[in-house]
Amino acid sequence: MKTHYRVIVAFLLLAFGSEPGRTQQPAPAAPMPPNLQNYKPVTAERLRKPDDGDWLMVRRTYDGWGYSPLAQITRASVTQLQPLWVMATGVTNGHEAAPIVNNGVMFVATPGNQLMAIEARSGEVFWRFTRPLADDVIRMHPTTRGVALYGDRVFFASGEAVLVALDARTGKEVWTTKVDENKSGYYLSVAPLVVDGKVLIGTSGGEFGIRGFVAAYDANTGKELWKSYTIPAPGEPGSDTWPQGDQWKTGGGPAWVTGNYDPETNLVFWGTGNAGPWMGDQRPGDNLYTSSTIALDVATGRLKGYFQYHPNDSWDWDEVSPPILVDYRRNDRTIKGLINVARNGYLWFLERTDGPIRFNEGVPYVKQNVFSSLDPRTGRPNVDPARKPGTGRKADFCPSWWGGKNWPSVAYSPQTRMIYIPANENLCATMEGRAIQYTPGRNFIGATTTLYLAPGADHIGEVQAWNVDTGKRVWTHTFAKSTNWGPILATGGGLVFSGGTSDRKFRAFDALTGAVLWEFPTSSGIIGQPVSFMVEGRQYIAVQSGWGIDARTMQSRLARLSADFSPVPEGGAIWVFGLGVGASRPSQ
Amino acid sequence: MRGRFERRTFLKAGIGFGVGLRLADPSIAAQEDPASIRPTEGDLLVRLGDSSATPLGPDDIPLSARPTMAWAMDPADKTVRSGSRLNQLLLVRLDPVTLTPETLSRAAEGVVAYTAICTHEGCDIDDWLADKQHLSCACHFSTFDPKDSGRVVEGPALRMLPALPLKVVDAKLVVAKPFTSRVGFGEPPL
Repeated sequence: MKTHYRVIVAFLLLAFGSEPGRTQQPAPAAPMPPNLQNYKPVTAERLRKPDDGDWLMVRRTYDGWGYSPLAQITRASVTQLQPLWVMATGVTNGHEAAPIVNNGVMFVATPGNQLMAIEARSGEVFWRFTRPLADDVIRMHPTTRGVALYGDRVFFASGEAVLVALDARTGKEVWTTKVDENKSGYYLSVAPLVVDGKVLIGTSGGEFGIRGFVAAYDANTGKELWKSYTIPAPGEPGSDTWPQGDQWKTGGGPAWVTGNYDPETNLVFWGTGNAGPWMGDQRPGDNLYTSSTIALDVATGRLKGYFQYHPNDSWDWDEVSPPILVDYRRNDRTIKGLINVARNGYLWFLERTDGPIRFNEGVPYVKQNVFSSLDPRTGRPNVDPARKPGTGRKADFCPSWWGGKNWPSVAYSPQTRMIYIPANENLCATMEGRAIQYTPGRNFIGATTTLYLAPGADHIGEVQAWNVDTGKRVWTHTFAKSTNWGPILATGGGLVFSGGTSDRKFRAFDALTGAVLWEFPTSSGIIGQPVSFMVEGRQYIAVQSGWGIDARTMQSRLARLSADFSPVPEGGAIWVFGLGVGASRPSQ
Repeated sequence: MRGRFERRTFLKAGIGFGVGLRLADPSIAAQEDPASIRPTEGDLLVRLGDSSATPLGPDDIPLSARPTMAWAMDPADKTVRSGSRLNQLLLVRLDPVTLTPETLSRAAEGVVAYTAICTHEGCDIDDWLADKQHLSCACHFSTFDPKDSGRVVEGPALRMLPALPLKVVDAKLVVAKPFTSRVGFGEPPL
């Protein structure tokens, strides 16, 4: 009871006890807190091999597993998990960022271009940074997916297409670099990735007629080192997959989710969004390198390989989620793998090399009626033309434009050798295109849509577990009356944590069986990435709760179909959980 | 944030609950540039992309058809107010008998004007649902009724579309009054 009281008190105090909405460059008249005085710089080595108790990048490790080896919270003890502190962020809308934790200092990014440094154990705020936005800023998805750390700096991709480096100890800006022109529709929501002293980002804005790119900046100075476009210019490899003319300049292919990285080959694997405008018949050709994973040499930005999940997209299937790097077994062979759960409804088992990405197998993980088959050698799908919308031609298809899985991250556990997928099943759509003219900074979509439930549907949201060595599904947990927009965390305690549902609950699943072992209703719906960290020998689980962005939009569309999909309470908060006093906390 | 937390503070916080959860809007950019200020009484309207900046009249707007995109223009010095995307306008011509009294009072020979910026997340309202004569945003699908003051028909937007009252002067569409409410998206500053 006492703990619950403290949690409520902290929530209210932090909601009203500060003055949000201002750039609060700290004026530390008081001495710098010891945690910041002794701030532990983040080195390249620490990024490659983080301590078990740290969570230094959005998916914790370069391979994108979203896995913490911490094992203090177990299948047995998780029932005693309880909130230890909670803090209102002061903003609404979708809170998607992972809390990043370095040696007990937590960095949390929120909507509203806000970033906070917090004492991870207690919730005490060290500093708060807000970067003002113009009232006519273009941001179709006004969120952030997190920050990156390197040295004693924090890197934040500000919404108006500006990259910002802050002093981790003070929250003061060290440098800023304009990434591109917001008035033309370029904006940022991605969490940066630091590799070898370079800060990598990808752009948002695919619905505004941008030309997508991934770019690298010097961590010390902010100087642009390279900028690799996802659409080739005339004469470059792949340019023959676009019509002649200027469509390559406005063809979309954004890159709004952080890529994963292979230190062995110095390649970063980054996902790209769909081409624009949405109707493929307005841009005949495969439209490389949209709806693809691209392999870029971090040293130069040069494209070394790619895999396109479907050519000539007409369904708004961004394939921005990067594949995770997992070596899996097939036919008595270990394959240096890339595994991607694509928005197009297929689960892809690929092979990484020092360049080309090879196809191995693809299998639908939700209802998918667009691909009649895959080429067994290349993986190129054969598309049913009746399921492909066009200009003035309506088509219906499954999964919907939101995909079987959208951006929320999968997790992989090396203990179970399973990947865990936040999926949405039984959602289908109709879409009809129309001609549209490009105007800088205006929508460049050209389609009208409806969403519908597949006949006989008894649920939508799912958490799926697949064994990477067999390529088979092991278990599925279904949510009868909710979608699932929850990124996933796997831990060494044999657990899988995730939210994602409209009932605001945060859950722990048995990683082996899918049994729900613990759940807790938070302040809003959770679409943020959960993490785990350790301070002074105690394991914590942290996540942001704050419903919004596409989860809210999907809820609104479903509310037209059923009373089950009522609005979800909004307002962001950071929640930190741990085992209660007296719970078993064996040493690591 | 430090220090002991007393019961009085808790009660104060509780009283304030519900009004302080959001950040105030960040800075409002200065809009002294004539091209960036909001449409003003007496402004003419010109089609978006029309380099000749020919003022529009009611007959230039097709009846019950997809909206015409427009900017306001200062009639004195011909400054087109295209400096801010928040100034983009939707013009729709509708049968006056289908308009609510309030909307009819803002219409000029059946032509109504609304902001083209969705009140939800600021996307362009670029879809026309012809069967119901509704405006819709292709980003997040909020739908508005231009016959009824820009009322929200379907969310996620919560706020109606700001309307721009019009009149006809010398057969041209002219801005009669400023926008009926704040143009833009998100929550107003606290």
